[in-house]
Amino acid sequence: MESPVEIVQHTAGGVIGVSWLMIAFPLLGAAILLILGRKTDRWGHLLGVAMSLASFVVAVLAFFELLGLSAEQRRQAVHLYEFIPGMADMGLLIDPLSISFALLITGVGSLIHIYSIGYMSHDPDRRRFFSYLNLFVAAMLLLVLADNYLGLFIGWEGVGLASYLLIGFWQFKPSAAVAAKKAFVVNRVGDFGLLVGMFIMWSATGTFAFAELSEKAGGLSQPMVTAIGLLLLLGACGKSAQLPLQSWLLDAMEGPTPVSALIHAATMVTAGVYLVVRSGAFFFPEGSPQALAVAIVGAATLLAGAIIGCAKDDIKKGLAGSTMSQIGYMMLGAGLGPAGYAFAIGHLITHGFFKADMFLGAGSVMHGMNDEVDMRKYGALRKYMPITFVTFMVGYLAIIGFPLLSGYFTKDGIIETAVEHNQVLGWLAVIGAGITGFYMSRMIFMTFFGEKRWAEDAHPHESPTVMTVPLIILSIGSIFLGGYLILSNRLMLWLAPAVGRPEELPQFHFASTPGLATLALVAVGAAYAWMKYGRAEVPAVQPRGSFLTTFARRDLYGDALNESLFMRPGQWLTRIAVFFDNRGIDGVVNGLAAGIGGTSGRLRRIQTGFARTYALSILIGAALLTGALLLVGNI
Amino acid sequence: MNPIMQAPTIEYGTLAPMLLVFGAAVLGVLVEAFAPRYLRKVMQVPLTLVSLGGAFALVLVQVIMRGAPTEAVAMGAVAVDGPALFIWGVILVLSFVCVLLVNDEGHFVASAAAVPGSADEEEAEAAGGGHTEIYPLLLFAVGGMMLFPAAHDLLTMFVGLEVMSLPLYLMCGLARRRRLLSQESSMKYFLLGAFSSAFFLYGTAMLYGYAGTVSLPGINKALAGGALLDPLLLIGFAMLGVGLLFKIGAAPFQAWKPDVYQGAPTPITALMASGTLVAAMGAVLRVFWVGLGNLDWNWRPVMWAVAALTMIVGAVLAITQTDIKRMLAYSSIAHAGFLLIGVMATFDKSQQNAGSLSAILFYLLVYSFTTVGAFAIVTMVRDPGGEAGHLSRWAGLGKRSPLLAGVFAFFLLAFAGIPLTSGFFGKYAVFAAALASGSESGDSLGGWMTGLVVLGVVASAVAAFFYVRVIVLMFFSEPAADGPSIAEPSMGTVAVIAVAALVTVGVGLFPQPMLDVAHQAAANLFIR
Repeated sequence: MESPVEIVQHTAGGVIGVSWLMIAFPLLGAAILLILGRKTDRWGHLLGVAMSLASFVVAVLAFFELLGLSAEQRRQAVHLYEFIPGMADMGLLIDPLSISFALLITGVGSLIHIYSIGYMSHDPDRRRFFSYLNLFVAAMLLLVLADNYLGLFIGWEGVGLASYLLIGFWQFKPSAAVAAKKAFVVNRVGDFGLLVGMFIMWSATGTFAFAELSEKAGGLSQPMVTAIGLLLLLGACGKSAQLPLQSWLLDAMEGPTPVSALIHAATMVTAGVYLVVRSGAFFFPEGSPQALAVAIVGAATLLAGAIIGCAKDDIKKGLAGSTMSQIGYMMLGAGLGPAGYAFAIGHLITHGFFKADMFLGAGSVMHGMNDEVDMRKYGALRKYMPITFVTFMVGYLAIIGFPLLSGYFTKDGIIETAVEHNQVLGWLAVIGAGITGFYMSRMIFMTFFGEKRWAEDAHPHESPTVMTVPLIILSIGSIFLGGYLILSNRLMLWLAPAVGRPEELPQFHFASTPGLATLALVAVGAAYAWMKYGRAEVPAVQPRGSFLTTFARRDLYGDALNESLFMRPGQWLTRIAVFFDNRGIDGVVNGLAAGIGGTSGRLRRIQTGFARTYALSILIGAALLTGALLLVGNI
Repeated sequence: MNPIMQAPTIEYGTLAPMLLVFGAAVLGVLVEAFAPRYLRKVMQVPLTLVSLGGAFALVLVQVIMRGAPTEAVAMGAVAVDGPALFIWGVILVLSFVCVLLVNDEGHFVASAAAVPGSADEEEAEAAGGGHTEIYPLLLFAVGGMMLFPAAHDLLTMFVGLEVMSLPLYLMCGLARRRRLLSQESSMKYFLLGAFSSAFFLYGTAMLYGYAGTVSLPGINKALAGGALLDPLLLIGFAMLGVGLLFKIGAAPFQAWKPDVYQGAPTPITALMASGTLVAAMGAVLRVFWVGLGNLDWNWRPVMWAVAALTMIVGAVLAITQTDIKRMLAYSSIAHAGFLLIGVMATFDKSQQNAGSLSAILFYLLVYSFTTVGAFAIVTMVRDPGGEAGHLSRWAGLGKRSPLLAGVFAFFLLAFAGIPLTSGFFGKYAVFAAALASGSESGDSLGGWMTGLVVLGVVASAVAAFFYVRVIVLMFFSEPAADGPSIAEPSMGTVAVIAVAALVTVGVGLFPQPMLDVAHQAAANLFIR
């Protein structure tokens, strides 16, 4: 295994020197739109798009500059300023890993900005929407570009805020407001883990910076590293909707669809994967228990997400289940050490494309169907929305791993590496791929094939160009990107300076046992979906379904579990605490507060308003001061 | 025959910023005397702004071209050293900003001499136009603020103190609304100010009796060789301390602050809460550092008690205030207490404490800008009878005017010292410096310093309560049906709020450049 190269301080100018512009542009956009408010309503969306594109241009230029450097020079730390004196500096780390993320965030982000011009055109608050989107892009870039955990954490909370604001964008809908709150609260659990992990990190090493950690982390004791690793994993689970903190993601689909595509599919939810891969060299050494925990969480979530996806009739919730599942694959890859990192990141990038493609496709369908999300009320849409249909099909084929499309290479890479490292987890991933074949085919058949089951006032039509062009660009990426990245190990070699790589480069096998088994299972899944939803008629009302279906529909009883495991005992705990609190602690605290307030009230009477009283107080003060000085002097 | 008196040498170049302000003030008086009424404002405003801006430019030129001088100038009467230049710069920017507030219509009475409610007053009101004398008065006050912390002997310092205070007494009585309250505050401020000045002067006389000189380094030299327990010295020092602590509003000399802050026209309150505090704090630092550096073990316990009492009184009394300006006054008292913690840290025996000096300078800068911004917002929330002072009138402001309430909430959070605002770094710098100096000294002092910092943190927590209470009131209460109106702000007021908010945000996010400047200023230390 080869470890990452050392981080070098960036000295020369160039684009890397001003890479902070990447963050500054969208931040400025958000600030302008929020501060000037309604005055910018007419051109606000254009400013938002321009800022996102400007950021993309900087990212591309920085990427090419990095490409021009030798492998040993490809980790450039750009010092910005001393943040908290003696504690942390603020700086950016431009390396293959961070710049890959930056390209994905700004590239896909810009496409979704453009798409939103059309999607949100009838919304009176479109300008506010774009300001939040800009805010998100800035925070996400800070998250991936910061050269220390403190900066990462600020970005981490920033994307959390943007996510909260955007899920609840239509806050007049109670369901959206509740979903936003739920996302926020569940993420708080994860953030708590990240925060405590950082506390331990700081007390053990005295630094948050990646560069210093790579020297100091080796000196930490094994249990300490495990503790930090597991706490970071908790943080990652919250942000990336992994078990056991997955419950918020499905509800988060209450947000406008472009948000679901950008934040809850392509970028923010992958932050957990980024955190694990970035911390890999320090806190997740290959073969350690915490790395195994990452892989197990990934495998469990990929199955859970896939099962949930099977039973959802809401097209966006189906896709959300699928997102959970796909991030599970990435987590699994990230838990396998340097051998899996490239595939995890590769899958993350291709997933960013094909999932964004399908989410925007779903948005396009909803746009044409009066915002209907129930797939039981779709059917036969392929003739009415040809471009949406073709692009969605591309995304579909990519996600189920149809040979030679993007998802095929990246997912297969994860599965094969997993089988090599851990037979059980590997074969679970194969089964997950089969289920993916089923639920995605189900979605396709219910939406685009079969009979019309539309509501009476539905007049499906193709979406405007501003929405279809991003779809086309994303689907082109969904076709070719995977092969380009994985064949001849381009991505692995590119990422090696940042995350290390295995000694022996893997060879892509087109006809390995797990690969063939995956294809076979996917075919079975798709065929079963055809029998149930393609050939047979789809009932317009949800049938009762078996025990298993209900299980999946209720999100594997995740909410019920949370309620009975945490909420109820939590409520009891609260009641008991309140009981004792009222008797004991409150007495003290209220007494204290009342004491201070009472003192305040009494002292206030000294403030009589008479100049003579004030003068007297000065005189007494002077006497006290003099007396005290003489006294102290003579002791 | 020897000449009886030598002509004094004056370093005009070094003193140029101060001389420019005083010169402009004199010119302003001439304008008042000779220019026709309708031309006065047109002439006074540019004159004031240009002189303040020019003085600031001169300070910059001085810093960049020559660096801080290492010798006292004007025959040893004035010391334009690093800290003094920093304080000048801050005061000039603050007063420039305050002039923009003063310039806004409607704060000042048309004829201050008229009896409130009389026919004379109505007549003057009808004739229109406010007092344009306010501009030269303000310039004199600013000149005094510059001389006060830069004075190198006690008599010059007294002159600075009076030049600063006298115009302020007058300006406090010029509020257009609530005339009686304003005149009362002016009267009180004048009486109590005169009282405290007497203490200052008496202390000066005692110290002269002890040391045979009024020059600060001279007193320190006398201390080095003389008896440290001489009652003359101790009484003189205590009296001097009373005069200085009165100006920064430390307990038990704080009583004037709420009454005066409430009654004075708000732009003048802003100037007093920022400029006067900065100047007085600078003078405190200079006296303790230059004049009494060799006495430090004597005054420490007393100063400790004053700092503790100031924080407690400020934070506790603010809780029950119902008037926004009074609340801010008590908040200012509490902050004076926090600054005194820094003063304790500065006079550590090791004398290697440019760090704590820079912490105080930094704190002064961030606090005063936030203060000016907060008072600027207070001027905008109005009832038919003037500013809406009572806190209940602020209920629900967040719903009527979210931007204004949001900015105000932000300033309050900065006062409370929440991270990512400038206030956080100010408090952090001062507390950290105090802890560092405590641990450096090693003896029992360390424990006392830690205790004071703990007390400071507790007082901050109490203070956070009343800051947050206003935020809760603004955003989570139903607005009153006949709530106050938000005045359409003039460009000047908008600029003031914008500058204050920018400094508060900017320093909160990127404290380093400002810390560097403060550190550079402190690195030269005071001329001794």
